[in-house]
Amino acid sequence: MIGSRNSERIATAIFYLIALLVSVLLAALIGYILYQGLPVINWHFLTAAPLPYQAGGGIGPEIFNSLMLLVLTMALTVPLGLGVGIYLSEYAREGRITRAIRICIESLASMPSIVIGIFGLMLFVVIFKWGFSVISGVMALTALNLPVMTRLAEDAIKNVSPDLREASLALGATQWQTITDVVLVAAIPGLVTGIILSAGRVFGEAAALLYTAGTTTSALNFTDLNPLSNNSPFYLLRPAETLAVHIWQVNSEGLNPDATQIANGASAVLVIMVLIFNLVSRWAGNWLFSKKTGQ
Amino acid sequence: MINVELSNKIGKYTTFFCAILIITITMAIILVIAYKGLAIFTRDGVSLRNFFLTTKFNPDATPPEMGAATFIAGSVAVSLLALLFSAPFGIGLAIFMAEISRGWERKIMQPVIELFVGIPSVVYGWIGISVLVPFIRNNIGGMGFSLLAGGIVLAIMILPTIASVSTDSLRANPADIREGSLALGVTRWQTILMVMVPAAMPGILTSIVLALARAFGEALAVQMVIGNAIRMPTSLLAPMNTMTSIITMDMSGTVMGAVDNDVLWTLAFILLLISVVFILIIRTINRGRTAMG
Amino acid sequence: MFSSKRGLGLALSVVLAGSILLSGCASNSRTSPAPSTSGVSTSGVDFTVSGNITAAGSTALQPLVEQAATQFMQSDPNAKISVQGGGSGTGLAQIAQGSVDIGDSDLFAAAKLTAAQATGLVDHQVCVVGFTTVVNPNVTVDNLTTQQLQQIFTGKITNWSAVGGSNLPITIINRPTTSGTRATFKEYALGGLEEAQGIALTEDSSGAVAKAVSGTPGSISYLALSFASSNNTVKMVSLNGVAPTNANIISGQYPIWSYEHMYTKGDPQGLTKAFIDYMMSPAVAPLIQQLGYIVGSSMTVSRTS
Repeated sequence: MIGSRNSERIATAIFYLIALLVSVLLAALIGYILYQGLPVINWHFLTAAPLPYQAGGGIGPEIFNSLMLLVLTMALTVPLGLGVGIYLSEYAREGRITRAIRICIESLASMPSIVIGIFGLMLFVVIFKWGFSVISGVMALTALNLPVMTRLAEDAIKNVSPDLREASLALGATQWQTITDVVLVAAIPGLVTGIILSAGRVFGEAAALLYTAGTTTSALNFTDLNPLSNNSPFYLLRPAETLAVHIWQVNSEGLNPDATQIANGASAVLVIMVLIFNLVSRWAGNWLFSKKTGQ
Repeated sequence: MINVELSNKIGKYTTFFCAILIITITMAIILVIAYKGLAIFTRDGVSLRNFFLTTKFNPDATPPEMGAATFIAGSVAVSLLALLFSAPFGIGLAIFMAEISRGWERKIMQPVIELFVGIPSVVYGWIGISVLVPFIRNNIGGMGFSLLAGGIVLAIMILPTIASVSTDSLRANPADIREGSLALGVTRWQTILMVMVPAAMPGILTSIVLALARAFGEALAVQMVIGNAIRMPTSLLAPMNTMTSIITMDMSGTVMGAVDNDVLWTLAFILLLISVVFILIIRTINRGRTAMG
Repeated sequence: MFSSKRGLGLALSVVLAGSILLSGCASNSRTSPAPSTSGVSTSGVDFTVSGNITAAGSTALQPLVEQAATQFMQSDPNAKISVQGGGSGTGLAQIAQGSVDIGDSDLFAAAKLTAAQATGLVDHQVCVVGFTTVVNPNVTVDNLTTQQLQQIFTGKITNWSAVGGSNLPITIINRPTTSGTRATFKEYALGGLEEAQGIALTEDSSGAVAKAVSGTPGSISYLALSFASSNNTVKMVSLNGVAPTNANIISGQYPIWSYEHMYTKGDPQGLTKAFIDYMMSPAVAPLIQQLGYIVGSSMTVSRTS
């Protein structure tokens, strides 16, 4: 019969083992991706356009598309998410509308991304006739990211000390002035951390973009910066395959002889970007927090 | 210069407008998916029994065969398998982080979990295809593309969900119940098993439901490793399919309004209903808790 | 301080919204009409058009369209042609709904679309492609009869020893039902018999099939000749004693072939028209033959559906 002291030791050992296994698994995963992918990455790989059927293509346009879609999505979802977050934490009274908002946010948050993707296919690609394009992808990503941003904003605002709010109001500021000049400013560290973290997730999204932004991209001509011109990388109606979708596509269409290397290289770039987003969000959050609190 | 009172009003109405917008977007998506999801029954005349209980799926045949049982069973099988693999590790990790680790371990494991979450699902699918599938084919059997491969890939993807939500739940336990138990001479492990975990059970159950929801909704990583054969998931090593994988493979090849398109929307609607059901389950689990404290 | 940041954000959103609206208006058709200059090549193709078009569909046709597009874009730097795969079903469905500019398909539109869905589609047959049974190079069988194929693909024969090969289980790799390759194979190799459900691994595209067959011992599948004949990693199998060569297709002896269609919604305009003219022009004929397709005019037999 195992004594309670021994069962204590065994249990502790098992838990340490679990933690160790999980850490080793992560190290193995990231290690494998970097091991396979880093040798593929060079300047040419990162900037050249993909070759449709030959070896030696790159992922330059895909990286640009991922970033462009990310920036546009954030430009839409940050203000909207902030708006809803402010409303929920400052103005909303418990009632039917507030409950409806919360239910909607939860529902939108739990929707599988492929479902949002096919909704985007139906509405933006087919009905609006935008085709497989940047703007279709941005709309799908916005629907995906909006609940995340809303929760983020609401949490960040709720975490601001009520004393700050009281003090501002006591000084005669209106509610809106309090929100914009005091509360939001105080919430910046939390907001920035969260935005950068969610940016990492948007950067890696593929299912929602497969049928909205498409699985191909035109070669990007950076000399033409006019968003209204067909040729420009900023033309919103051009197909815009992103890095994550490219990994899927290269494997699914299998036309490139070096598809394995491309997928490895692209995976490594994706993982490195996510690591960068994670690190930057931590540092930015810490730095902003120390600026704010003077520590 | 804008009048301060006016800007106050504008601010209030703008944020209210944002809130209404989010309601509109969500309702639009849900209503459209529901409408299109039911079309297979209302407009195309497929019976419920036909859809849910038959396994032959060939929308091109005349008459079209609409048996979705293989997809639904496949999704359930792969999600439950993933849960089976990852729940012990996820909860174990949570117990480690909340109860056993001293501080520096938590500082390591926290970023570890965040990184797991951060890795995009396509990358998991790619590692699955390049490492896991050949491993299963060469060392265990079958073609490699299998329910087992899907289960393992999904397990790794839902592990951080279980771990982080359970950790939060365990940490939210009031400290006195631990102190009280230890003061009575109960060992740490017995305290965890008989006091802390039961107290955090709503949160742990929530984490499991959230993980299941994530598993049901995963599309690309699963589609890359399960082989996409239209059959019931009867064997661990045989290829199979899921609701998300058939949507991924067939959606672009169908015309809106056609029967073969409608059936995919029905599957999307089922996925939506499943996530709604999971939300309701979570709310029910946690209702008692908020009442308590 | 914050109000100016908010103002900036607001301004950015307005600019964004404005450019979205403007770009939407600026191209209801996503190409711009060619300026009437005299920069045309001798084959009658207009290489001065600018625009941004997307072609999607058949993965059997995809290599040809990709290479032809690359060559076209070299002559016309203002043109942007993006080519996607997805299978013939995707090509037909998306062109029918107008979400791409060109739908590539191995099948006639009537094979997959209803009359209502196919209204307005204009067919351009750019070449002919053959299809063949392919097996993993380790398989020792060189020829299969129609009946053997039917029995394999319906699951009645499950081991290569039953058709003259070694004792190796047969692994079927197939395509989704939206695939044109699959539909053509079903029609002309399987005699219209439907594959048994659930006994095969499904791959998305011709390229993926080629990779899967070459890597899976004992595997069998169907593939366009443009992939199989140039690929040393899969082995082609004759049908009823007839070898899957382009010569046999042209003479009519080998039945598994189809036209490669590029469908447009209505008569093509602008860059779409220029590219299709190019695909149909004699300039592409060497490319067609080099890649393993058949130039349409050399066929001695024809089909209408």
